[in-house]
Amino acid sequence: MMLRSLVLACATAFAGFASAPVAAHAFLDHAVPAVGSTVHAAPASVRLWFTEPLEPAFSRVKVLDATGKEIDKSDSHVDASDASVLAVSVPALAPGTYRVQWRVVSVDTHVTEGDFTFEIKQ
Amino acid sequence: MAVTSKVRATLVAFCIIAPAVAYGHGFAGKRFFPATLATDDPFVADELSLPTISYQKVPGSGDEPGGRETDFSIDVAKRITENFGIEIGATYKHVQPDGGDAQNGFDNLGLGLKYKFYQNDVHEAIVSAGVDWDIGGTGAKRVGAESFSTVTPAVFFGKGFGDLPDNAKFLRPLAITGLVGYGIPTRTSTTTISDEGDIDVERNPHTLEWGFAIEYSLPYLQSFVQDVGLKAPFNRMIPVVEFAMSTALDRGQSGTTGTVNPGIIWAGQDIQLAVEAVIPVNRRSGNSVGVLAQLHFFLDDLFPQTIGRPLIR
Repeated sequence: MMLRSLVLACATAFAGFASAPVAAHAFLDHAVPAVGSTVHAAPASVRLWFTEPLEPAFSRVKVLDATGKEIDKSDSHVDASDASVLAVSVPALAPGTYRVQWRVVSVDTHVTEGDFTFEIKQ
Repeated sequence: MAVTSKVRATLVAFCIIAPAVAYGHGFAGKRFFPATLATDDPFVADELSLPTISYQKVPGSGDEPGGRETDFSIDVAKRITENFGIEIGATYKHVQPDGGDAQNGFDNLGLGLKYKFYQNDVHEAIVSAGVDWDIGGTGAKRVGAESFSTVTPAVFFGKGFGDLPDNAKFLRPLAITGLVGYGIPTRTSTTTISDEGDIDVERNPHTLEWGFAIEYSLPYLQSFVQDVGLKAPFNRMIPVVEFAMSTALDRGQSGTTGTVNPGIIWAGQDIQLAVEAVIPVNRRSGNSVGVLAQLHFFLDDLFPQTIGRPLIR
């Protein structure tokens, strides 16, 4: 009897939580150029796809060169047609290693941050 | 009711400007630490484990027969402030002794306090201190609940290896969490009298409670080191090995008991699923492999504006 009550409590909790309006931490799903990748053509922009929609006013991405200098075009923005995509334009990049740093706020106000590198080789 | 974007922006602005930014459960910088099952992690969080289920064969000891034990647990953790929280846990036990009748009942209630006093986001490090109180007499003796309390002050730690150099980048997804505690029983010994009138005195030693969990985060690998092309559900999996140990220190007792638990944690956006094998480290700890599984809810993600936030901000 007690076991049945426990199972019922678990099922009720799961059903209740599953129906809650959820907008959790935004994790990086994938990026172009890909995380840790080596590319042979310089990209015109860096685009990041997150697992949750982002708050445009508080979500930023920047691209740094090997010396730590920001080299993007300072136009970081959340995509107007897909709020889970963050992008920034970059000038014609020379071969080398670049670091992408991001800090985003999901629509439920949770903050996440991270960074990764990609390399351009001719 | 729909929240207007203006109101939402105001809420977000408040969150950003507020002194304690809401990073929520299990984060140190970019590192997400999952909730571990057999060893308590260092985070002060709003979370619910419902249920944690374990099954293990229990070895006999002296005149005590062995048997099988299945436990169903619920644990709730609630932040009072950003860095201070309380935890409460209850376990319902089903004990099936070899050749005997099954016994059911609750184990003693557990109550805990935890304070996070150090966090370094760059080095993905965190240290907390806490105390756990196993409240004697609140459980059923027929399933082995002690009549005395045990108070265990402990230090908890977590460290991610994201600061390793580039030539060791594939080790960056590694992380370790752990604890060291000192178990203080409120009674030095427990006396029991059998139906035949035999008196048995069991001494209750102080114990060193220690354990750690080593984890390799595939989400960390994918998002921060190298996209190796993992797809769902593998891109949210965290292989883990937990070591949960207890060493008797005095009162004529010695030796260590515990288990090594290899397993997999799948961390979703608002829930976590985990399953581990439970392997006894020696004969005193058991003689067969058990299993431990858990469904875990991140309350700060599920209810960020109500029960998923600290009571005092």
